[in-house]
Amino acid sequence: MKLSVNIGKLKLKNPVMVASGTFGYAGEFAGFIDINKLGAIVTKTITLKPRPGNPAPRTCETPAGMLNAIGLENPGADAFLKEKLPALNKIGIPVIASIAAETPGELKEIINLLNDAQVNAIELNLSCPNVKSLQSTISGSPLIAQDAQATHNWVRAVRKATRKTIIAKLSPNVADIAEIALAAQRAGADAVSLINTITAMSIDTKTRRPVLANITGGLSGPAVRPVAVRMVWEAYQKIKVPIIGMGGIMDVQSALEFFIAGASAINIGTANFINPRASIEIISGLKQYLKENKIKDINNLIGSLRT
Amino acid sequence: MVSKKKLQFKAKLLYNKREKGSFFRLKILAPAIAASCLPGQFVTLRLTDGCQPLLRRPFSIHRISGSGVEILYELVGRGTQILSQKRPGEYLDIIGPLGNGFNYPLSAIRYPLSILVAGGMGVAPLLFLAERLAYSVERRAHSKGRLYAKRYPLNAFVLIGAKNKNQILCEKEFRKFGCTVKIATDDGSKGYKGKVTQLLQHLLSTIDHRLSTIYGCGPRPMLKEISRICQRRNLAAQLSLEEHMACGIGACLGCAVDTKEGYKTVCKDGPVFDADRIIWEAE
Repeated sequence: MKLSVNIGKLKLKNPVMVASGTFGYAGEFAGFIDINKLGAIVTKTITLKPRPGNPAPRTCETPAGMLNAIGLENPGADAFLKEKLPALNKIGIPVIASIAAETPGELKEIINLLNDAQVNAIELNLSCPNVKSLQSTISGSPLIAQDAQATHNWVRAVRKATRKTIIAKLSPNVADIAEIALAAQRAGADAVSLINTITAMSIDTKTRRPVLANITGGLSGPAVRPVAVRMVWEAYQKIKVPIIGMGGIMDVQSALEFFIAGASAINIGTANFINPRASIEIISGLKQYLKENKIKDINNLIGSLRT
Repeated sequence: MVSKKKLQFKAKLLYNKREKGSFFRLKILAPAIAASCLPGQFVTLRLTDGCQPLLRRPFSIHRISGSGVEILYELVGRGTQILSQKRPGEYLDIIGPLGNGFNYPLSAIRYPLSILVAGGMGVAPLLFLAERLAYSVERRAHSKGRLYAKRYPLNAFVLIGAKNKNQILCEKEFRKFGCTVKIATDDGSKGYKGKVTQLLQHLLSTIDHRLSTIYGCGPRPMLKEISRICQRRNLAAQLSLEEHMACGIGACLGCAVDTKEGYKTVCKDGPVFDADRIIWEAE
C-alpha cells in the first residue's frame, strides 16, 4: 500500500501535513506525538522582519469553528533560521517554510535567505486576511490572492528567485478559485494550498463590540469544510499542479473528502488545537481505509469523485 | 514555576456536583497530572467529540487530592453547561498540566507574608496555592532541624471579593490551611462593602507589608488595580491572567498579553505573570 505523494520536487512519505499557524514551529507538539510520522511540517508564516501580531482578543469560538486574527506574529527570518529551523531539521521530515512579504524587495530578500537554508519547500502565503500592510497594492483587491494578476506577479517573482518547490496558499474569499489557481500555476507554482481562512466576524451583543480586537478574523474549523471541498474540486478540474487541501479536517472521513475532490495532500489545522494527535490518527485512518477498500496507492483516490 | 511534561489522555470523572448556586466542583482521576502539577497551572478538557463546542476549555487546577485533580467552575455558557451534565464514571479527554504556575517557594522564603487576592472564580487556583504555601512553611520548619508538634502557622491573608455572599467560595477551606480570610462584597451582604482591591488597600495600610508577595486571580480590571496598588507601594505581585484560548499549548498564539518584552501567550508563558511586566490597556 502506497501513501507517498509528490508535490513538485518534494516527496512526502504520506500526504498528511500540519497547516501553517496551527503547529507553531513544532516544539509545542513534541510532548504529544511522534512528529516524524507526519508527511511534512508547514511552519508558522515567517516575514523578513519580526512582527508583533495583533492585540487581544485574537481568537474566539463560533458555531463548529473559530475565528483568529493573530496578525502573523513571528520572530522574523533571521531568528527563524537561527533559533527554530535547526530543531525542525532534526525531526527528519520535510520542512515547508510559509512566508509572506510586504514588498517585492522583501520577498526577494527572504527567498535568498531560504535558498541557502535547509527548507524543502516554500509556501507563499498570499492570503492572510488579518494583516493590512501585506495586502495587494497592485490591484486594489484587499488580498494578493484575490487578484489573478497580482497572484501571478508574486508567484513569478518567487519562481525567478528560487529552484525550491513553491506552493501558493490561496484565499477562499474570491469569486472564482480556479482562475486564481490557474494564475499561480502559469506563474510557475509547483502546487497550490486551498484554502486559507474565510474572512468573518463575531459580535458581542451585550457590548455591541466585535469579539476580536481586529474586528474581523479568519474562520476555520469544520464550519468551512464544505466550502474548502468545493474549492478543491473546482480547482482540480482546471489545473494540473497538485492541490494541498485543507479546511476543517478533523478526522479520516473529512480527510477523505479532500482526496476524492482532487487534493494530493492535506493539511491538518484547527484540529491540532482540539486534539494534538489528530494528524497521526488521520494517517493511520487513511492506511486502514485504503486497506479495507483494496486501494493500493493513495494516488488512485485523488480526484476519484463520481459525478 | 514550570512542569514541562504534557499529557493527553482519557480521564475518569470521579464526581461532578453543584457547590452552590451556579458553581460546580468536579474531580477527575489523573494520577500523572496530580503528581506533577503546580499551583497556577491549568488543564484543558474536551467537552464533546463533536463540534459544539469545538475548542477545548481551560480550567485552573483547584486542588489535588490523592490521584485526583479537582476543578471548580461556574456555569457560564454552553461549554460549562455540557460539563455540568457529565456523570461520574464518564471519561473526559484531558491535557495538562499546562502553563507556568505561581513562583511560590522562592517567595515564601524571601517574603514570608503572602497576600492572596481572589475575585469571583479567582479562588480556584489560589486555594491550591494556599495549600502548597502551608505545606512549604511546614517543611521549612522541619528543615531547620526543629520539629514542631503543630503545623507552623501560615502567615497568609486571603481576600475574596464577589458580587454578594452567595458567590463567596472556599472561605472555610482557606481558613483550614491557616489563612486569615477577609471578604468583600459589592452589595455588602458579607464582609466589607466594596471592591476587594479596596480591601487590599486597607489591609496594606494597616500591616507591615514590606516582606510580602501578592498573588492575584480574577477579572482583568481587578488585576490591573492590584498591579497599580503594588507598583505604588513597590510590592511584588504575581497575577494569573485569562484570555480567549484556542490551543492551550502555545501553538496558535491566540491568547496574547502585552508585556514589556512584547506579546506573550497566556497559555504557555503564563497564565501567571509578574505584575510589573504587564502593559495594561488604557481605560
